[in-house]
Amino acid sequence: MSKPKPKIRKEVVPMRKQDPKERVNNFNEVALGYTEEQAVAEAERCLQCREAQCVKGCPVEVEVPTFINLIRERKFDEAIRKIKEKNSLPAICGRICPQEEQCQANCTLGKVGDPVSVGRLERFVADWERERGYEIPQKSVSTGKKVAIVGAGPAGLTAAADLAKLGHEVVIFEALHKPSGVLIYGIPEFRLPKKIVEAEAEYIEKLGVTIKTNAMIGKLYTLKELLEQFGAVFIGTGAGLPSFMGILGENLCGIYSANEFLIRVNLMKAYAFPEYDTPIYVGEKVAVIGGGNVAMDAARCALRLGAKEVKIVYRRSREEMPARAEEIENAEEEGIVFEFLTNPKRFVGNERNWVKAMECIRMRLGEPDESGRRRPVPIEGSDFIMDVDTVIIAIGRSPNPIIQQTTEGLQVTKWGTIIVDENGKTSLEGVYAGGDIVTGEATVISAMGAGKKAAKAIHEYLMKK
Amino acid sequence: MKEEATNLYKIVTKRQLVSHINLFEFSAKEIAAKSKPGQFVILKVDEKGERVPVTIAAADVGKGTITLVCHEVGKTTKQLGSLNEGDGILDLLGPLGKPAEIRKFGTVLCVGGGVMVAPLHFQAKAFHEAGNKVIGVIGARTENQLIFEDEMREICNELYVATDDGTKGYKGLDFLKDLFKERKIDRVVAVGPIVMMKTVSEVTRPYGIPTIVNLIPIMVDGMGMCGACRVTVGGKTRFACVDGPDFDGHQVDFEELMARLKMYASEEKLAFVFYEKGGKSL
Repeated sequence: MSKPKPKIRKEVVPMRKQDPKERVNNFNEVALGYTEEQAVAEAERCLQCREAQCVKGCPVEVEVPTFINLIRERKFDEAIRKIKEKNSLPAICGRICPQEEQCQANCTLGKVGDPVSVGRLERFVADWERERGYEIPQKSVSTGKKVAIVGAGPAGLTAAADLAKLGHEVVIFEALHKPSGVLIYGIPEFRLPKKIVEAEAEYIEKLGVTIKTNAMIGKLYTLKELLEQFGAVFIGTGAGLPSFMGILGENLCGIYSANEFLIRVNLMKAYAFPEYDTPIYVGEKVAVIGGGNVAMDAARCALRLGAKEVKIVYRRSREEMPARAEEIENAEEEGIVFEFLTNPKRFVGNERNWVKAMECIRMRLGEPDESGRRRPVPIEGSDFIMDVDTVIIAIGRSPNPIIQQTTEGLQVTKWGTIIVDENGKTSLEGVYAGGDIVTGEATVISAMGAGKKAAKAIHEYLMKK
Repeated sequence: MKEEATNLYKIVTKRQLVSHINLFEFSAKEIAAKSKPGQFVILKVDEKGERVPVTIAAADVGKGTITLVCHEVGKTTKQLGSLNEGDGILDLLGPLGKPAEIRKFGTVLCVGGGVMVAPLHFQAKAFHEAGNKVIGVIGARTENQLIFEDEMREICNELYVATDDGTKGYKGLDFLKDLFKERKIDRVVAVGPIVMMKTVSEVTRPYGIPTIVNLIPIMVDGMGMCGACRVTVGGKTRFACVDGPDFDGHQVDFEELMARLKMYASEEKLAFVFYEKGGKSL
C-alpha cells in the first residue's frame, strides 16, 4: 500500500471541548464542534479512496468521501444534502455514533495515523444547516398508502422519513409525551442537546410525517386495530425495560434504575427542579453499577447534580468495558472514580429504608464466556463495604413487551425480541419491526439502519399490494 | 384518529365534591373508548409539569370523556384545582395498567378511602353489573371529606360508612372484623390509602379471602421503563404500572411501599412552596 502524500497530516484536527473543571458544574454540551476552518482542514485529510471502507462500515451507507470532499470545497449545503440522502438525523449521529467501530474503523488513513473524523465532519455540516434553517426536500407524489410507525425512536423516525419521502402517508404513535425515544429520555443534554433532538424530530415532521404522542399501542389501540386503518405497520418500540440485579435491598429508597435516573434528568429536566416539577435525589456518595455508555451518562449526570464522589462499579476490567473510549475518557477527566473487578452483593438500608451502604466482592477474570469476554469470578473472602447514599443500576435494558403481549400471532424469541426476516418482516402480514425490539439493546445507528431497511421493504410491499 | 394530536386535553366538567377534592371530566375520546375499571392515566399539566398517575374514576364512551377525581395535596393537584372548564392540560396518557378482574364471584366487598372512593365506584359498579352482590365500605378522614356516598349507595346492596374521627358512621375499620364473622364474602377489593389497604388485608388474611389492592406508587413513565413504582409482592419485585396496579394484598410489602412513597417528601414540599409563591425564587 502506498504511503499517504507528505502534505497530509496524520493527526486529527482536535475539537474544542468545555474544560472539565467548568463543565462538571453545568449541563451544557461538552464537545463544542469544529469551526469552518477546522472542518475544512480535517476534510483535507481524507484520501478519497476509491474502495471506500468507511461507507461499508456505515449501517445507513452514507457516501462519506463524497460529503467530505464537498466540505473540502466549502460546499456545505451540498455536503449536508448528500448525507441526508441516507441519514435523516445527522446532527445526532455526528455526536453519538460509535464512529471508531464503524465508518472510522477501517479508514485507510487510520493505518498510518488518526482516521478521518467522519463524525465531527458530519456534526459540523448538520449544525451548519440547522443554524441556517432546514432545506425541506420536495415531496414525492402521494401513493395514497398509509403506514403506522410504533415508537418515535431512532428506528421509527428513520423509517418514517424514508417512507414519507417515497410519498406515503405516515403516522408515528409515540407513548411518551415527546418524540425521539432514547435520544430525548436517555442521552444527557451535555452529550446531545435536546434542542438538536427536537429540531431533527421537527425536520421529520416537515417531511410530512404526523407524530402522535401520548399514544401507547397495545393500550390505546391494538396492533390489529392499526392494521385496519393502515396498509402496513413498523414496530420500533425499543429496549426500554430496566434490568435489576435481583439482590437483597434493591428496592431501598435512593436506588434507581439508570432509566429512571436518566428519564428524570433528561426528559423531565429534574436538574432544573423546582422550575421543572420533577425531583431527583442525589446524595454525596454515588455508585453506578455497570460499564456501558448508559453507566457513563448516569455517573456524569450525578456529578453535575452535586455528588461529591461518583464511583463506577464494574465487575470486569477496563478492557471489557462496553462504553465508548471517548466517554470513558470524558468521565475520567471529570473525576469519576472506577472500581473495576467489583460487584455488589447486597444493599444495606438505614432505619428510614434508605440505602446507606453496599456490600461488594472483588472479582478476577476467568475463562471467556459466550460473549467472548473473560468471565468475572468472585474472589472468596474479598467482601467489603462501600458507603453510598445513591445507587444507579445500569446493567442493561430489555425489550418493551406490551406489543408482544397484546398481539396474537406475532412471533418472539425467548428474550422477548420480535422475530423478523432479513428485510424486517415479522410473522404477521404487513407488519415489520426493527431496532432494539429485534436485536436487543444496541446502538442508535444500527436501529436507524434497521428502520431504513424495513422502510424499503414496506415500500415494496405496499406498491405490490 | 388524529384529532387529539396537538390539542390540549380539555376539561369539560369541573365540580368541587368537598373542600379540596375536585371531579374533572376530560375530553379524551380515544382513552375513554378503552378505559376499564382499575386502570389509570398519567397526566402532565404543562411543559414543566411532572408526570402524575391518577386512577380512572369513570369513562363515558358516548361523550368521549374520562373522569378523574383529585385531592389537592401537592403542587400538581393544586395546579389542577386552579383550572376551570374549558381549560386543558398538555398531556394525558392511557389507559395504563391491567384492568381489574371483573366477573361473577358472588359477594364482593369493595372498600375505598378518601379520594379513591371515586375509582372504587368504577369497579364496584362493574362488579354490580356482572351480577355480584356488592357490599360497599367507604371512608374518609372526617365527615365533610366523604365523597361519592350517593353514587355508591345506588349500586351497593349494602353500604357502610367509616371515618377516622368517628364524625360519621363507624370510627375506623375495626367493625370489618365483625362483618367477616357474620358474612360469607368471596372477594375483597381495597382502593385507597396504603394504611387502609394494609389494614383490610390484615383483617381478611385469617379468613383466606382473596383481597385485591390497587397500588399507585410514585411513577414516571407509567409504561414499565423506569421501575420507580417497583413493589415487593410475594418476595418478588413487580412494577405496579405494568404488572399491576392490582395485586394480592396478602403478598404486598406495604412497609416498603410506604417508605418509597415518602422518598421525595421534602422535594414535594419545596415544589409546593415554589408554586404558591408564583414560581419566583425561594
